[in-house]
Amino acid sequence: MAISREEVEHVARLARLGLSEEEKDRFTVQLGRILEHVAALQRLDTEGVPPTFHVLPLQNVLRADEVLPSLPREEALARAPETGEGTFRVPKITEG
Amino acid sequence: MSATTRLSAARLNRLFLAGELSATEIVDAFLSRIGQVEPQVRAFITVTAAEARERAQRLDSRRKADGRDLGPLAGVPVAVKDNIVTQGIPTTCGSRILEGFVPPYDATVISRLQGAGAILIGKTNMDEFAMGSSTENSGFFPTRNPWDLERVPGGSSGGSAAAVAADECAVALGSDTGGSIRQPAAFCGVVGLKPTYGAVSRFGLVAFASSLDQIGPIAHDVADAALLFSVIAGHDRRDSTSAPNADRVAQFQPGPDTSLAGVRVGVPREFFAAGLDDGVRRAVEAAIQHLGSLGAEVREVSLPHVEYALDAYYVIAPAEASSNLARYDGVRYGYRSPGAESLLDMYLRTRRDGFGPEVKRRIMIGTYALSAGYYDAYYKKAQQVRTLVVRDFQQAFAEVDVLATPTTPTPAFRIGEKTDDPLAMYLADVYTIPVNLAGLPALSLPCGRVDGLPVGLQLIGRHFEEPLLFRVAHAFEKTTTHGQARPPLDG
Repeated sequence: MAISREEVEHVARLARLGLSEEEKDRFTVQLGRILEHVAALQRLDTEGVPPTFHVLPLQNVLRADEVLPSLPREEALARAPETGEGTFRVPKITEG
Repeated sequence: MSATTRLSAARLNRLFLAGELSATEIVDAFLSRIGQVEPQVRAFITVTAAEARERAQRLDSRRKADGRDLGPLAGVPVAVKDNIVTQGIPTTCGSRILEGFVPPYDATVISRLQGAGAILIGKTNMDEFAMGSSTENSGFFPTRNPWDLERVPGGSSGGSAAAVAADECAVALGSDTGGSIRQPAAFCGVVGLKPTYGAVSRFGLVAFASSLDQIGPIAHDVADAALLFSVIAGHDRRDSTSAPNADRVAQFQPGPDTSLAGVRVGVPREFFAAGLDDGVRRAVEAAIQHLGSLGAEVREVSLPHVEYALDAYYVIAPAEASSNLARYDGVRYGYRSPGAESLLDMYLRTRRDGFGPEVKRRIMIGTYALSAGYYDAYYKKAQQVRTLVVRDFQQAFAEVDVLATPTTPTPAFRIGEKTDDPLAMYLADVYTIPVNLAGLPALSLPCGRVDGLPVGLQLIGRHFEEPLLFRVAHAFEKTTTHGQARPPLDG
């Protein structure tokens, strides 16, 4: 199944993934080939077949609502690329 | 080479507990071996020499003090795949985006290894975020196959399998999402187990495809693989996908009995179709015949939907990966690209510069498959096909107790041979992937060689029937010599 360069750019943006021009060209070819291969799935009649999202019969895995120890703020911030005033710092998201 | 590094984990433990070898002597022997062969093999991203020596000294002191309750892996050097988090020790997932990341906690399997007295000797190389079949996709360097340094060790646990094969550690942990323990175990001539989904805690395993990932052991022999599995298996309340009955996985005790009378072995005809290397076919067919000679009843079975398993996997796994890898955004930990002028720009640059090509490819496939308009055609369809694969296995296991197949369609391929062709690379896992879709346990063990390269026999069992896999594999191993061979490495 063919995939266009514009679709590759759209999917990359959805995935928050910057791509070089060379990568866009390469993925346009490679993703097309991979999607063509997995299109074989369409040959199977799956009408009425339930999907298997999980192989174990687990549901509603709940524990008692108790406060348990968690990672201290200093520990959580210690690995961040940039911090300030007890928070993670990122580039601004507002205009001006 | 020191004779110490050729000993099994069980033997090392016995000698340590008996006071015939100190933990320090054991660790020094393995660190010396790493020094000799690591420049050729390159199995490790991080060698934890100082930590291993310190732990060995503590174990030696404890043994001298009272010698009790030191554990079934006391004194045994273990290597761990670098996607399993280790407190205070870098964990990179083979990715530049996590270079320098030092986790603040231990994975449950690490806590259990430590409770059993094991000594962590290093973190092993892997395909980035466990995506790959050759360990060439590591963000740092490729690992080489100890049997032929021009060939790949398999992937993505290639570092762990190569480290065991090269006697750089006694046993190792890997992770298996589509064959990432069994395929490198087959290529490197060692034993690897993908446990039943939910039998081993995934707490602290960096997620790739959460409904498929499972941690498991890699070892020289079946008894060591069973020993390591017995230590890491069991329910864990910190992992919501941990099976409540995982504590009841029966232990395997290797004994002298090699009879397989009463065991029904199924041979799925679809695993012996086109694409299977002739030499691999001959080795695996001879191995299955050998199981028959030990008393097993061998019969042909069919898994008609496994031919679609690879395609289903390459929708499901990237879809889950695209979600799991959204957390690598340069905000809370790991790499952040400099110079971004906005938050979105920072995300785009960080992920562009931090991820390698295979990770980007899978994020793209997964995002596409989950995007509006394509969900039903790809993701839901793949999960329905998964149901058909699960049903195939259920029907087969109504007739037989164990399935026997090749682990891989070919022996180890050459470095660089498939790097430009992702589809060709994906086919390296064609025999292992169906097992992950169904959450079954499967074990690979050496069953012969082709042109000097190891061949793996894959044994697949029902959920939580690891002990039967160990029993069959142990009987095969005890009555053949395939597992005794070591690679012709210098050093």
